[in-house]
Amino acid sequence: MPETTTCACGGTVTEEQMSKQLDAVLAEYKSKPGALIPVLQTAQTMFGYLPDPVVRKIARELDKSYSEVAGVVGFYSFFSRYPRGAYLVRVCLGTACYVRGGNEVLSAMKKALGIDIGQTTPDRVFSLDIGRCFGACGLAPVIMVNQDVHQRVKPAKVGDILALYRAKSKEEIHK
Amino acid sequence: MAAITINNTPLTVPDNISILAAAKLAGVRIPTLCFLEGLDAIGACRICVVEVEGAKNLVASCSVPVTDGMKIKTNSGRVREARRTVMELLLSEHDGDCQTCERNEDCELQKIASDLGIKSVRYEGQKTAAHLDTSTPGIVRNNGKCIKCRRCVAVCNITQRVGALFPQARGFKTVIGPAFDSDLAGVTCVQCGQCAAVCPVGAIVEQSHVQRVWDALENPKKTVVVQTAPAVRAALGECFGFEPGTLVTGKMVSALRRLGFATVFDTNFTADLTIIEEGTELLTRLKTAILDKEPVALPQFTSCSPGWIKFVEHFYPELIPNLSTCKSPQQMFGALAKTYWAQKVGKKPEEIFVVSVMPCTAKKFEAQRPEMNDSGAQDVDAVLTTRELGRMIKQAGIDFAALPDDNFDRVMGVSSGAGDIFANTGGVMEAALRTAYEIVTGRPLPFDKLHVEPIAGLEGIKEAQLTITGTVPEWSFLENVTLSVAVSHGLGNAEKVIERITTGKASYHFVEIMTCPGGCIGGGGQPRLTDDAKRKQRIKAIYKEDENKKLRKSHDNPKIKQVYGEFLKIPLGEKSHHLLHTTYTVRERV
Ligand code: SF4
Ligand code: SF4
Ligand code: SF4
Ligand code: FES
Repeated sequence: MPETTTCACGGTVTEEQMSKQLDAVLAEYKSKPGALIPVLQTAQTMFGYLPDPVVRKIARELDKSYSEVAGVVGFYSFFSRYPRGAYLVRVCLGTACYVRGGNEVLSAMKKALGIDIGQTTPDRVFSLDIGRCFGACGLAPVIMVNQDVHQRVKPAKVGDILALYRAKSKEEIHK
Repeated sequence: MAAITINNTPLTVPDNISILAAAKLAGVRIPTLCFLEGLDAIGACRICVVEVEGAKNLVASCSVPVTDGMKIKTNSGRVREARRTVMELLLSEHDGDCQTCERNEDCELQKIASDLGIKSVRYEGQKTAAHLDTSTPGIVRNNGKCIKCRRCVAVCNITQRVGALFPQARGFKTVIGPAFDSDLAGVTCVQCGQCAAVCPVGAIVEQSHVQRVWDALENPKKTVVVQTAPAVRAALGECFGFEPGTLVTGKMVSALRRLGFATVFDTNFTADLTIIEEGTELLTRLKTAILDKEPVALPQFTSCSPGWIKFVEHFYPELIPNLSTCKSPQQMFGALAKTYWAQKVGKKPEEIFVVSVMPCTAKKFEAQRPEMNDSGAQDVDAVLTTRELGRMIKQAGIDFAALPDDNFDRVMGVSSGAGDIFANTGGVMEAALRTAYEIVTGRPLPFDKLHVEPIAGLEGIKEAQLTITGTVPEWSFLENVTLSVAVSHGLGNAEKVIERITTGKASYHFVEIMTCPGGCIGGGGQPRLTDDAKRKQRIKAIYKEDENKKLRKSHDNPKIKQVYGEFLKIPLGEKSHHLLHTTYTVRERV
């Protein structure tokens, strides 16, 4: 699976616009065998997530059952059913981070955000995911928030880090 | 042919059959959980492992073919230990409270665990979270019991081409179910119950109406009448250890009386009535097309199978005009019991409680369709599957084997053999031809024992042509017309028939579709586990019931004549239109 490319422009697309954009993609792939995954990938990249009407439309147009398409969406972590938050928090669980308490950081993060892996906070500020080594093992445990790397994170410090971004997101809104 | 040995016994078996199939030929039983006859083996559960000499690892016998010279051990210490491990791992994640489970004493997991002599479970597993899905009228799913064998996925997606059930999410969180975390009502499930029929455990069962029926039987304000579908009599015995294909019609009637039903009637009666109505409808359509040369939807499709109806409504709404407008025999019965019969016994519709015993879960769905209220009350109040009736008889402490034979009550309990054969694939068509041919020519259908051989049997799609000659004057426009019919069972086959029609590869006048493989005798509410051998035995029993009757044709049934004389007047008449015919609903296809 390719890396997630979340649409971070903050703009919202209406369902109608989504449907139109999707038509073009479907027209291109429809007659090709094995179209399901490429179409889902394109839609995920285009919209940043796969809202239910999009999943249903893809199922309908590709003549697949909704449950089958849902099964594929749920299987690959690349796909997301909900819009990702403004900040994607990824906790590294690579070997080095894991032995140095990555898992405890993850638990603290889950608790602080009130969400599980793969979920987004209701205010759409944060999404939570895990990573497998960000190449900063010497400074484990590591987390990434969008492109920022935070090193030697202590579970007790998780709240401070999040507060930083929460403040930033408020600024964005004011602007 | 391949020469092999199984547990040191030499034998010769056909090439390329699976080790599992070869063992069966040798009379050796190997436990299976995911394997299902007629579908590709997926080798998911590994309970069926055996030892093959020279192979390093144990192999899954369901998915490995025999080769010449193969030496197989199905019962070595290594095999036993491996199977035990598989079973203990399954049990460690299983929400196993057998005493309160629907499948207690009828459970493949429980049976295999007991056969393997499991006394304790060495692994500490996290139990799958139980989620009870009661969103649909016919089916209940309980994820906590699911062992992820995926039989239901194969049946729903391949046999039935509905695709309501697939693995969702991944890893330990995998559940087998409808899209994401939705319930069955949120997808296009047609309620056929084939998933419930193949599930080895208590993860998919019917919505039980047993309590509803007990309550009605104890309610002094209700007159409770029961109707039994033709397929029930050929399978109910299996709930009590009788051989598949044992006819238990008389015992069934006795049992129903002892359970407290005031009146025991037969759905076969309204099967006969369906033939009169649906046959007349077909002849009317043919007249419109051939004589009046006006546009009319042909072929006419049968409409007695509610799973098929819902399938058309979801996936082929453009074919709705082709569906016969006739209600199914179950619903015709309900509507007549609460009007015609109610008047006879001086009751109001709401004082009558109609129970059906059906081989089917989709009948539970059908009974609660909003349009099935033509008597002024819900026409059918409760629907029991064959299995549920079996359970009620056990609850009541009735010794089924010792019961004397009894007969159905008069009027709505009298039926012809044509009504019986509604139970199996090809039967509705044969019954219709027995009547339509005679109406048109004045002569009986010119076949041995009135059977239409080409449309009998378990072939997925069957076709027959019949050239009509010697017509009576009223139907002379059918002289020399070759009537073309098709019969199919299992919705995957139905889809192929539709494809033949829409691509112009075939054209028919009349098509019979039954939702379940083999027809109603293989229904989603029948005793488990139905395989082709059982389907054949049940079908044989049904034909025997038919042949043993003096009455073989629906139009000869004197009680059918009586109901027209006293009440309905003429086929497709105003009363029929109101009580016996129905309309359909376009549904979402995703
Ligand atoms: S599914 Fe079988 S093993 Fe599990 S609780 Fe029910 S009867 Fe027992
Ligand atoms: S009842 Fe039939 S359509 Fe519904 S999930 Fe089960 S097999 Fe599929
Ligand atoms: S619901 Fe039943 S048939 Fe389906 S996967 Fe689970 S155990 Fe197997
Ligand atoms: S029955 Fe062979 S692997 Fe399940």
